[in-house]
Amino acid sequence: MALLEIRNVTRRFGDFTAVDNVSISIEAGEFFTLLGPSGCGKTTLLRMIAGFDLPDAGQILLDGKDMVGTPPEKRPLHTVFQSYALFPHMTVADNIAFPLKMAGTTPAEISSRVREALDDVRLANFGNRFPQELSGGQKQRVAFARGLVNRPRLLLLDEPLGALDAKLREEMQIELINLQKERGVTFVFITHAQNEALALSHRIAVMNQGKVEQLDEPSRIYGFPRNRFVADFIGKISLMNAQVLEAAPSHLKLSVAGLGEVTAPSKENVKVGDTGVLAIRPEQVRISHHAEEVELKNHFIGKVQGFLYVGDVTTYLVELPNGARIEALLPNSAPGRAKFFEAGDPVAVSWRHDAGTFLND
Amino acid sequence: MPALFSMIKGDSKANRIAKWLVSGPPLLFLLVFFVAPSLIMLFTSLRFPGEFGGLAPIAAPAGAVHGEYGLTLETYQFFFSDILYAEIFLKSFAVAAASTLICLIMAYPLALLIARSEKRFRNLMVLLVVLPFASNFLIRIYAWMIILGPESVFSHFINTVLGAFGIAPVTLLFSSFAVLVGMVYVHLPFMVLPLYTNLEKHDPALLDAAQDLGANAWQRFWRVTWPLSLPGVFSGSALVFIPVLGMFAVPDILGGTGDILIGNLIKDQFLGTRDWPFGSTLSIMLTLAVLAITALAAWLARPAAIPEK
Ligand SMILES: Nc1ncnc2c1ncn2[C@@H]1O[C@H](COP(=O)(O)OP(=O)(O)OP(=O)(O)O)[C@@H](O)[C@H]1O
Ligand SMILES: [Mg+2]
Repeated sequence: MALLEIRNVTRRFGDFTAVDNVSISIEAGEFFTLLGPSGCGKTTLLRMIAGFDLPDAGQILLDGKDMVGTPPEKRPLHTVFQSYALFPHMTVADNIAFPLKMAGTTPAEISSRVREALDDVRLANFGNRFPQELSGGQKQRVAFARGLVNRPRLLLLDEPLGALDAKLREEMQIELINLQKERGVTFVFITHAQNEALALSHRIAVMNQGKVEQLDEPSRIYGFPRNRFVADFIGKISLMNAQVLEAAPSHLKLSVAGLGEVTAPSKENVKVGDTGVLAIRPEQVRISHHAEEVELKNHFIGKVQGFLYVGDVTTYLVELPNGARIEALLPNSAPGRAKFFEAGDPVAVSWRHDAGTFLND
Repeated sequence: MPALFSMIKGDSKANRIAKWLVSGPPLLFLLVFFVAPSLIMLFTSLRFPGEFGGLAPIAAPAGAVHGEYGLTLETYQFFFSDILYAEIFLKSFAVAAASTLICLIMAYPLALLIARSEKRFRNLMVLLVVLPFASNFLIRIYAWMIILGPESVFSHFINTVLGAFGIAPVTLLFSSFAVLVGMVYVHLPFMVLPLYTNLEKHDPALLDAAQDLGANAWQRFWRVTWPLSLPGVFSGSALVFIPVLGMFAVPDILGGTGDILIGNLIKDQFLGTRDWPFGSTLSIMLTLAVLAITALAAWLARPAAIPEK
């Protein structure tokens, strides 16, 4: 049985539907991420799981038990708030001891558990400090320690890394993965940063306007986005309008306006005549000198419009004869090389017959 | 002042000037409105009273046959020789403490209610709290004379209830009870405002966090709201306690003959008996007592004990 089951949950504010018929089931030990743009209803859903808000329709079950009548303080889960919400009048140690005290743990047990928790987040010598005497990353770790100290069944994290700078953020991501693995606590993590979601999660639910657009493992979310929204939201992708010419079990033959025929991997529920978009990732597109011999079937000539150098790789924006634009990514593997092509260069772009995805309209 | 000084670091000439610009006005204020009057008061307390009020000259005027001139500690001897004065002091402190406590108990829920209501209603509610200041203080005290008077609806109601339990009717007006009612009524806004100012700043996420970590409503109040509100509690208490100590109008109007407080005593020395030196002595003693209490409160509310966020 799933640890947490969200069944057809809907939450409305006036005539605005913030969470729209969402069903998710989360297994014990999972690192589950809710990913979506600002305002898509992530926090609203999380607050309903924590008990601060109640669904207008649907149910939330924890260990098979409907949580509707259980107030937040009685639910066997804790939340890490984006603002940390550390108690300013308590020391770090007292902050961490708080949930233990509320649970009626004995003083001896409390002091040993607090020490253990401080060690876990590498703050052993900070127990007597007050929160305002800590850096952002340290406050964050205290918040994690406080949320985990009495071993909740479930830890909810609402954009906990949102306030940290990029470098610290990456460090904390690794720390978070380790904490979760060591404790075996189930995490429900909220973020609007797609790279963070891909890096951390076992599974991701991509949300948009209160609905779950796709629920899958990170590699499938990235590799096989189910619709245009997911494709566009996660990573970089080029989209080209296309129509299905042939739907074979092994492959799809598409007609892309102005380009001609393109072969794409087969997909269920796609019929001849369907219209949609061909979505292809920059790293799947090979860019080469226009005169170079290319053996790939999907092979077109275009012109470099511009490029974006980010150090390890450069992304080239190539305009195809039909006016469509496609992005191609090339590692700067030659020493000191920042680009291989100049704007205006005629180039060939090509991709494997099993790269890209066709997305129905 | 050290706190003010340490805010500006460095010791260049410009910084030294900046320090005086920052700390100068408050220093000057203290000097003119506290230190100087206190010194005048102290000096007065050491003189002899004049024959018809005021003060006797320090040096005997030419041709004076009798009378006392110069400086003396007589008034202090007098103060400490009669237990009556200690009793009045003690009683005044008891009334001040009781008024402060009652104000706190009444003001806290109100301040909390205002702080937690919707933003657009808050200013209106604060306005209602200070609205009584719009009418004259004495008129409001006289209004209580009517409310507590023997013919009032309130008195009738109280005595009917007491009668139902077989208790003899009581007179509410001109009693310590009436004094307390007046004191609390007059000073309640001074408790509400600092409390509200404090409570309004509390981060609601802290209460969510406490609840999320297992605290029920009672625990959330005592472990989060109350300790964070202590600076407000202390400043509100000071704003009630200290003025109540010196208040003479309320006991004068609402109190009975036995309800003399320090304020009345001091007022009497200046306006009644015309013994200025003794009045000054009483004022000095009151100031010392208030300073001692303020120091104690400041120590209790020191930043290390209750950090504000
Ligand atoms: N109490 C409320 N009353 C009215 N509308 C609300 C309320 N809470 C949330 N909403 C609306 O519901 C929508 C979803 O809000 P929510 O806070 O869940 O978004 P989110 O996905 O967490 O966004 P973000 O990434 O910016 O935190 C928003 O449009 C918001 O304005
Ligand atoms: Mg949110």
